[in-house]
Amino acid sequence: MLEERATPRASGWVGFRTLLYKEVLRFWKVSFQTVGAPVLNALLFLLIFSHVLDRHVTVYGDIAYTTFLVPGLVMMSLLQNAFANSSSSLIQSKITGNIIFVLLPPISYREFYAAYVLASVVRGLFVGLGVLLVSLPFIELPMVYPWWVLAFAVLGGAILGSMGVIAGIWAEKFDQLSAFQNFLIMPLTMLSGVFYSIHSLPPLWQDVSHVNPFFFMIDGFRYGFFGQSDVSPWLSLGVVSVCFVLLAVLTLAMLARGYKLRG
Amino acid sequence: MSIPAAIRIQSVSKHYGALKALHEVSLDVMPGEFFGLLGPNGAGKTTLISAMAGLVRPTSGSIAIMGHDVGSDYRNARRQLGVVPQELVFDPFFSVRELLRIQSGYFGFARNDDWIDEILGHLDLLPKADANMRALSGGMKRRVLVAQALVHRPPVIVLDEPTAGVDVELRHGLWQFIRKLNRDGHTIVLTTHYLEEAQALCGRIAMLKNGQVVALDSTEALLRRFATHSLRVRLGLPEVGLALGGVAEEGGWLAFGFETYADVEVLLKRLREAGAGIEEMTLGEPDLEQVFIEVMHHA
Repeated sequence: MLEERATPRASGWVGFRTLLYKEVLRFWKVSFQTVGAPVLNALLFLLIFSHVLDRHVTVYGDIAYTTFLVPGLVMMSLLQNAFANSSSSLIQSKITGNIIFVLLPPISYREFYAAYVLASVVRGLFVGLGVLLVSLPFIELPMVYPWWVLAFAVLGGAILGSMGVIAGIWAEKFDQLSAFQNFLIMPLTMLSGVFYSIHSLPPLWQDVSHVNPFFFMIDGFRYGFFGQSDVSPWLSLGVVSVCFVLLAVLTLAMLARGYKLRG
Repeated sequence: MSIPAAIRIQSVSKHYGALKALHEVSLDVMPGEFFGLLGPNGAGKTTLISAMAGLVRPTSGSIAIMGHDVGSDYRNARRQLGVVPQELVFDPFFSVRELLRIQSGYFGFARNDDWIDEILGHLDLLPKADANMRALSGGMKRRVLVAQALVHRPPVIVLDEPTAGVDVELRHGLWQFIRKLNRDGHTIVLTTHYLEEAQALCGRIAMLKNGQVVALDSTEALLRRFATHSLRVRLGLPEVGLALGGVAEEGGWLAFGFETYADVEVLLKRLREAGAGIEEMTLGEPDLEQVFIEVMHHA
């Protein structure tokens, strides 16, 4: 009988670790698409905007526009890819039906959440690092406070990873996921100060920016590079942390209920 | 002391609004049994299996696998259960071996290669171990599904229509392997639309209709209760056979039911005396198809 053999002992952590490993391996196997393509996209943004604006615009006094732009592009790519990782993995698994292989084993909903979100953070960091590396030949980029950079990169990736889990669970077809991405994630990212400092906006739009959590992610991230930002980095850290906690609670509640996963 | 059931299902209902996918289903499957779960499409078989596996949460009632409640003690319950799903689902990113290692890991086994190789060998999958899932035929994919259900050595194995769309050779190979697992002490629960398969393999059978158990007994007892032996004949004068109670079947055959073989002599005598003229004759054993039709008709 099978269980009479020398059975290795099952360990609870192995389930979580394996799911994390599988999610990372999944995007790594198609890294041209999941890492290479977004890095190339960011590079194109950089080349075009720097060509058009670099000689005409400076930010925070004397920082060249291209130098200002790079941290924004890094963060934008990181956020979008963190979202894409968890959301596309989940919807593909749901539509093809192989989600069953993750639902049958003794993996708790907390482990499920942590694995999908961490894998999203890992992909976001890979892409962000890639964008940073390809940008370096074009600019001299300081990094005044590396820990702030890391803190906002990880928190931003975790927020978008959580949003990806929510979207991946909620959406029943690729069309719905695309709507989530194009009508929510994309505008919030584009209008968050990736391409500009909000001090260059009219007062009304500055106020509007302050209700966009993506603004705080990018502004705090940029503070780590330049030591300057539109708002206090502590305020940004507070807003981003609260957003993460709220999203984590919402996602965990959905998973605990088995919403759209366990009938 | 009584032996705890491998699967204990107590008053399980699953309602989707007004639809009662399962209604007050109760049954026990004992350790080592080869148990059949039969019913027409939409009877609730897959819902019941999904509830056992924790994929569906019952509206009411409880299910325990080897004594572990699938809700409150889900980790232990899921470790005891291997499920071969009905749909041919797979993850296109991975090779067969990667997939089995990942599935092992999900169940808590970090190093399980010896056992994975053994399963691959049993299922004739070793030559395909490093092939991507997309490159496999339907039959091979089906075997991988079985392998995935076994990576954590579960004592209870549920097979949801595992031979649907599978060629005869693979079907026989698969059943040989499943029979071996059962002989080795594993509890097997099978759903299938191939009733001859269920009759040959299952010691006990539950039949579901509209989410309710409408028959639950040993295969032998069901056959005894609901099916009869039959004498099938082709006659020179079929109208004579019809007048003697024969039931017309396709191809000009007439069927007469009987209880014991002693009744055959009486039947043949009556046909001979009536001058019916027997041209061909066969004897039919009671089969599960008769039972199924009978049970579903009267339930």
